Amino acid sequence: MTRQSLMDNVYLTHIPSEKFKTSFMSAQMAAPLDSETAGCNALMVNVLSRGTARCPDMSSISRELDLLYGARLEPTVRKKGENQIFGFVASCVDDRLLPKGERLLEKLADLLGESCCAPATEGGRFLRSYVESERENLADLIRSDVNDKRAYAARRLMEEMCAGERYGVRRLGGAEDVEKISQLRINRHYRDMLSRGRLELFYCGSAPRERVAGAFTRAFAQLPRQGELIPVPTERRPAREELRVITEEMDVAQGKLCIGCRTGSMDAPATMLMNAMFGGAATSKLFVNVREKLSLCYYAGSVYHRLKGLVTISSGIEPDSYERAVEEILGQLEALKRGEWEDWELEGAKQSLLSGLRSMEDSAGALEDFVMGQAVSGGEETVQGLINAIRAVTPERIRQAAGEVRLDTIYFLTGKETRP
Amino acid sequence: MTGAFYPRLGEKVSRARLDSGLEIIVVQKPYHARSYAFFAARYGGMDMRFRLNGQWLDTPAGVAHYLEHKLFDKEKGSVTQIFARNGASDNAFTSSAVTAYYFTATEKFYENLRTLLRFVSEPYFTQEGVDKERGIIAQEIRETEDDPDWQVYAGMMECLYKDSPARVPVAGSVESIGRITPQVLYDCHRAFYTPSNMVLVCVGNVEAERIAEEAEAILPQEGGSAVERDYGQEESPIPNRAETELTMEVSMPMFLTGFKCVPAGRGEAMLRESIIGDLACDALFGESSPLYTRLYEEGAVNGSLGGNFDMLPGASYIYVGGDARDPRRVSEEIVRQAGRLGGEGIDGDFFRQLRRAAYGGMLRSLNSFENIAISMAEGYFQGFDYYRFPEIFDSVTKEDVEAFLRLNVTEERSAISLIHPKQ
Repeated sequence: MTRQSLMDNVYLTHIPSEKFKTSFMSAQMAAPLDSETAGCNALMVNVLSRGTARCPDMSSISRELDLLYGARLEPTVRKKGENQIFGFVASCVDDRLLPKGERLLEKLADLLGESCCAPATEGGRFLRSYVESERENLADLIRSDVNDKRAYAARRLMEEMCAGERYGVRRLGGAEDVEKISQLRINRHYRDMLSRGRLELFYCGSAPRERVAGAFTRAFAQLPRQGELIPVPTERRPAREELRVITEEMDVAQGKLCIGCRTGSMDAPATMLMNAMFGGAATSKLFVNVREKLSLCYYAGSVYHRLKGLVTISSGIEPDSYERAVEEILGQLEALKRGEWEDWELEGAKQSLLSGLRSMEDSAGALEDFVMGQAVSGGEETVQGLINAIRAVTPERIRQAAGEVRLDTIYFLTGKETRP
Repeated sequence: MTGAFYPRLGEKVSRARLDSGLEIIVVQKPYHARSYAFFAARYGGMDMRFRLNGQWLDTPAGVAHYLEHKLFDKEKGSVTQIFARNGASDNAFTSSAVTAYYFTATEKFYENLRTLLRFVSEPYFTQEGVDKERGIIAQEIRETEDDPDWQVYAGMMECLYKDSPARVPVAGSVESIGRITPQVLYDCHRAFYTPSNMVLVCVGNVEAERIAEEAEAILPQEGGSAVERDYGQEESPIPNRAETELTMEVSMPMFLTGFKCVPAGRGEAMLRESIIGDLACDALFGESSPLYTRLYEEGAVNGSLGGNFDMLPGASYIYVGGDARDPRRVSEEIVRQAGRLGGEGIDGDFFRQLRRAAYGGMLRSLNSFENIAISMAEGYFQGFDYYRFPEIFDSVTKEDVEAFLRLNVTEERSAISLIHPKQ
């Protein structure tokens, strides 16, 4: 793997690989996550995906992609710590599997570059109709998260727990904010981002670095470069003094219980392992004790938000098991704080983490996500480095990491009482 | 053990059939870190009525899925723990026609393979364990009650089919699983989990010979006899009901329109039919289709519009749907466009473009070990070699797709399932 500067504030990561059927590429910009701009960035990539100067509408873009043997080009928006990264990922069948020396890389790189730098315009501005329809679609999409109750509950917890922090801003922004974005604003925002945003390019596939660098340099030749927008470091906060509990009612059959904790520990490898033992792996305490032994939850798991220093728990329960579920879940965390676990719990958690990390090299998408995360947070960690760090974690460090986890907010989505 | 190289795919595959009748398929991926094993039985949610030892048995809805859950529980606890301690991540699924158990691991592949083969072939059911699982599965069923995507699909299947078990949810209902006993589970395990009714697919940097040896040593030597299944009376081409609707906590109306298609044949005819059906979907409502782009540009649909062609035993159908402010209108447009394509034909250039994209999509799906294993297993159960898809693909013409649309995608064969938001 190599990372090189291609032009001013533009970097290319190249990972040579022949094991995939497809080549994978990505062009991402990063900006601080902010409720003012989160929706703008999301809307911007969606509008850009509607057409380029050369392929000005959906049918001409689709046609171009189809003719590149079903190549894909998709707008993406991600949250990485308190930054937002947005842009396009693209992939196409690797040249070696195609008839008579087809070369798709350059053509797809061109389309990727055009999607970022040369959109379909009218008098130098985005097409009004594209902005209007994508604004509506984006607002609908943001609102549709209520359809998936698990994801909805997890999102609501984050919004409540991190209210007033960048981390509490939704990945795509708020629906109402999106609806207020004007034509003028989105055009200005785009020009600003295009000239100031740091651009991270990524390629994984069989083509050598020189060919890839050449293709991208040509594809992004029109990129204006002025000023420099820098990602922000993710800020950590201590847990609130007094637990906050939020209950919402909806017409649902199953209750969703989400618990948010904060940790001040800077020992990421130990916290990763601690979280895997708590609720991140199949051998975890939440899975084995709360789900399997007590049958208290249909699902129960925890996630460590590494950059932000949060541990969040998500579970599905019978609405009337709330008290018991909270008690049991937190009880499992207390057990970790006391250092109560058996060897297989630690070993299972460790194996699960290591296997996940080793498997990353088998997925171009997972590698890209890791690379982008590092690029935004300024980390210089490698997958192998992380593997070694996890192997070196001692039981004492796990206990300490658990001891740093403090309860902050509980969110409970429960059914409405139905009366005849 | 026989080996074959597929030059158009760049894939190497070894196959063996054990004396017991178990088929073993090993797809070599020498450069990957992880390995994957997939052990499947030709037994799914639709196999509710079948003949065992000369006697017809009627089993409650949801047995295949219940059995899948219960096989993980052994005297000493859950098998998942054994996999996890050996660094493997395991899971399983039950579909209408197949139950599959699988794991992925970056180390100790053979040790994990032995665990997989043992736990699936050695049932251990107690009354207490079966009763306890009922609560967990009931929760899983109740969660689907809150899932609009699932509800809209279930509604469509109930509309399309009258007698076919395709209309019954794979997991059954809270009521039907109440009738499942250890004896029912043992009977079904004995009937369907026989080597001759199963396939083992491994993908990764693994040795085919060694896999065959492990399977030979662990699995029963007796193959078991073929199970006769009853999928109900032959279905009329006309759906059971034209529409159904429901109100749920969703942000926008949702719909799913189904077209009841002529059931597919077996063998390569089935693979060919699946390619034709997929191309018909692409031509009708795929992202590059004129209808999709027009509806999207008009704002009638958003990016959620999509669908597919599915083939279940004795029941093939196309479904298409998504979120829309006026779902009935979108559904009518789809039906109308199908009539137009069947009648006036598909534009030649557009068809060549779709073919290219669809072929690329099939190559792309080989990035996924999971897709490879499922496709190989289904191909084996249905009597074809999935990796022959490039050759089959070459034989599919525009006329095939037009004929498919004319026959299957008509208003009489359609039904719509709707979900309205709560006010």
